[in-house]
Amino acid sequence: MTEPQTSATAVVAPSLEMRGITKRYPGVVANDHIDLTVRPGEIHALLGENGAGKSTLMNILYGLAKPDEGEILLDGQQVDISGPTDAIRRGINMVHQHFMLIPVLTVAENILLGEEELRGRIFLDRRESRRRIRELGERFGFDIDPDEKVGRLSVGWQQRVEILKALYRDARILVLDEPTAVLTPQETEEIFAVLRRLAQDGHSIVFISHKLYEVMAIADRITVIRRGKVVGERLPSATDEDDLAELMVGREVQLTVDRGISHPGDVVLDVRGLEVRNDRGRTVVHGVDLQVRAGEILGIAGVAGNGQDELVEAITGLRRPATGSVTLAGEDVAGSSPRELHDRGIAFVPADRHRYGCILSWSIADNLVLNDYHNEPYSRGVVMDEQAMRERALEAIAQFDIRTPGPNVPMGTLSGGNQQKVVVARELDRDVRLLVLDQPTRGLDVGSVESIHRLTIAKRDSGTAVLLVSAELDEVLELSDRIAVMYRGRIVAVVDGRTAQRDEVGLLMATGGATTPTPTGGATPTPAGDAAR
Amino acid sequence: MIQRLRDQLLIPALAVVMGLFVGAIVMIVTSPLIDGQFQLDLPLKAYGALIDGSVGSFNAIIQTLVEATPLVLAGLAVGLGFKAGLFNIGAQGQFLLGALGAALVGGWLAGASPWVAIPLALLAGVIAGAIYGFIPGALKAFTGAHEVVTTIMLNYIALYILAYLITGPLRDPFATFARTVDVGNAALPLLPETRNGHIGILLAAAAVPIVWWLLFRSTLGFQIRAVGANPDAARYAGMRPRALIILTMSVSGLLAGLAGAIQILGLTKHMPIGYASSIGFDAIAVALLGRSHPLGVLLAALLFGAMRAGSGLMQVRAGIPVQMIDVLQGVILFFLAADVILRWVFRVRARGTGIGQESTVTRSYGGQTSI
Repeated sequence: MTEPQTSATAVVAPSLEMRGITKRYPGVVANDHIDLTVRPGEIHALLGENGAGKSTLMNILYGLAKPDEGEILLDGQQVDISGPTDAIRRGINMVHQHFMLIPVLTVAENILLGEEELRGRIFLDRRESRRRIRELGERFGFDIDPDEKVGRLSVGWQQRVEILKALYRDARILVLDEPTAVLTPQETEEIFAVLRRLAQDGHSIVFISHKLYEVMAIADRITVIRRGKVVGERLPSATDEDDLAELMVGREVQLTVDRGISHPGDVVLDVRGLEVRNDRGRTVVHGVDLQVRAGEILGIAGVAGNGQDELVEAITGLRRPATGSVTLAGEDVAGSSPRELHDRGIAFVPADRHRYGCILSWSIADNLVLNDYHNEPYSRGVVMDEQAMRERALEAIAQFDIRTPGPNVPMGTLSGGNQQKVVVARELDRDVRLLVLDQPTRGLDVGSVESIHRLTIAKRDSGTAVLLVSAELDEVLELSDRIAVMYRGRIVAVVDGRTAQRDEVGLLMATGGATTPTPTGGATPTPAGDAAR
Repeated sequence: MIQRLRDQLLIPALAVVMGLFVGAIVMIVTSPLIDGQFQLDLPLKAYGALIDGSVGSFNAIIQTLVEATPLVLAGLAVGLGFKAGLFNIGAQGQFLLGALGAALVGGWLAGASPWVAIPLALLAGVIAGAIYGFIPGALKAFTGAHEVVTTIMLNYIALYILAYLITGPLRDPFATFARTVDVGNAALPLLPETRNGHIGILLAAAAVPIVWWLLFRSTLGFQIRAVGANPDAARYAGMRPRALIILTMSVSGLLAGLAGAIQILGLTKHMPIGYASSIGFDAIAVALLGRSHPLGVLLAALLFGAMRAGSGLMQVRAGIPVQMIDVLQGVILFFLAADVILRWVFRVRARGTGIGQESTVTRSYGGQTSI
């Protein structure tokens, strides 16, 4: 934990210093004497797995939680932050992972939200605020129309609105919580450019992430925390991803799984001309064709919200397709119920494990039989067999390394990684023809990701067809034998998973291939009307 | 296990304590209205009489059980709905239709053998209640109409159906007041050595383990609880939320209907005009106090039944009107709903992050969860 830059930076007081921050919750120490120093003009990455204590620390900084011990200094002055309003007044602003924007309001209106309370004023000078928004946008290199409705902006631009909102409030310290989770690689680059410009302007930026390569790319300095403690501070020039991963997880991790060679067999899933409408009746999947063979992983890459959710729902029986056919091992299954598909050999790990994947208030044992409760040995006739369920749970806990005090513990008390292991255990631990994985590792720590990736490869090698949908491009690149890129409801390209380049796929995700020559194989031209918006 | 039991019982128990405490204050504050001065010992006198009148003698205990019987059944009805995420405010309407069904068939079979008359009259009540529960269930499943709205309206419809039938086609031509004919041989037999301890008590007692088994040991209960806890996950897992909603509402109506049938066949023996009963509404309080668990419902119904049974003696001995029972019930309900206050007063920490709590109450207003 050396600080090579000491002599150069000692003259400037840190804009933010957190000293010995300790926060205890019943049963856990969320923050254990954490020190964090951020200098003016510095992009400081806070790296750690989910549950390491990053959010607690930032909630303390933002006044949402009171530390049990420790102090916070702003520009060398000790302060007591009473709440978010107080934090904002002191120049601390946070951009949350889930944007706090109202889609039907304009950019200017969103930025002004809460302003009346902050400034203690009743009337707002809209013309003046629009002028300031324009000016700020120009200064930091993104000009934006203050009168545009936020709902019409892309996710990347919405994030810029969030940043603009912070700047409008004279933020000097900007905290970004996993800002790139919803962005394409190109958008990420653009946001990074904005952040660098902010730093040059003297703003201090705390960048929270668990993505190693991003941290390496953007940060001036990296603080790694694990289980509530600072386990290391690094300069990007003096470290590498393997070193950071080891610090973060506490043991050596294999960042990429050896996927071996696939031996594709017969076509298991054959989707042709599939059109699917969303809840509001708009067609969001347009004539999708795709095939998945036994023993191969087909990855679907795409920015979230390009129709992947509806496509998966149509394949798994949660949504009735408008037209088109879905064939499973030669039998037409379009419009079949989830139960019929389950019985025909589809396993499905849904994207939203809290909403679909499990029942949080229920025990692990109950959740493990959620779609199998009506079969032996878990029930005979209409009588459930608790003993069989318990045995099943104990077996799964051992086999899938689910960390829990016991099988009757409610799902809601487990960590995200362990919850996902329960879902994965339920879906993977039987013979299936097709495994559908939708964002299987979203929000999981490195260790859990590793084990789920291994299980997926093993399933493929045992001859199961795997359809993987993920907004994490790296995950798709790492696991897929073939990659289909989805853009505005269409499969715009299918590329070989082994030779695909990150940039190439990223560009397809962002543009649908409209601005570049169409890549090889299976691409559908994007209609002009779609691309023009 | 002990810990979980404690968590489940603690808040309801504290709510009851607070109810009695607030009731005591009301008694003391209003005591000058009785004889011009504050009587600090009035609550002791009143609660003493309440206990005497509810468990102080064999007859008192029987009276408690008689009062608790419809509350148990209707409480199970509402609690079952809660378990499926449905707020069945319509227990009152289902109760009234069950009572009507039993009065109607009981009246027809008044002269038949009790072995025929009683089962058929009970069955009529049960079917009428079930149909009246099926209606809002089907409306919710197929149109998304919220059961709170539809059942409230159906309660009124039930009330006026009754008023019409009893003053019109079903009126006993020989009675001074508008009422149905006497149920005669369809009346429930009494337990030995009791004045009005009818066998409906046994039916209610049997319903508790049956509903418990249904909820916690059968595949149907597994599905009902899944739909209640997370309808999206239930659908994903291959269950059919629509069918389950209809079924649960029907079974709920069946139980409430049985409560109504037992009240008629066991107590009044006919259905009078303006049959005044708020069992269906009290059942909501019972289900909430009992945390929708069949055993909790039993305990809560016994408590409310005991208060009702003892209220007469309380009025005689302490001069406290029987309506005080409604005050107590209301205050208990208030503290159950506002358990934050209880936790603050008694320094009880909420366990976990809220996710471990069973869903006791309905989770939705409109139909924003897809079914």
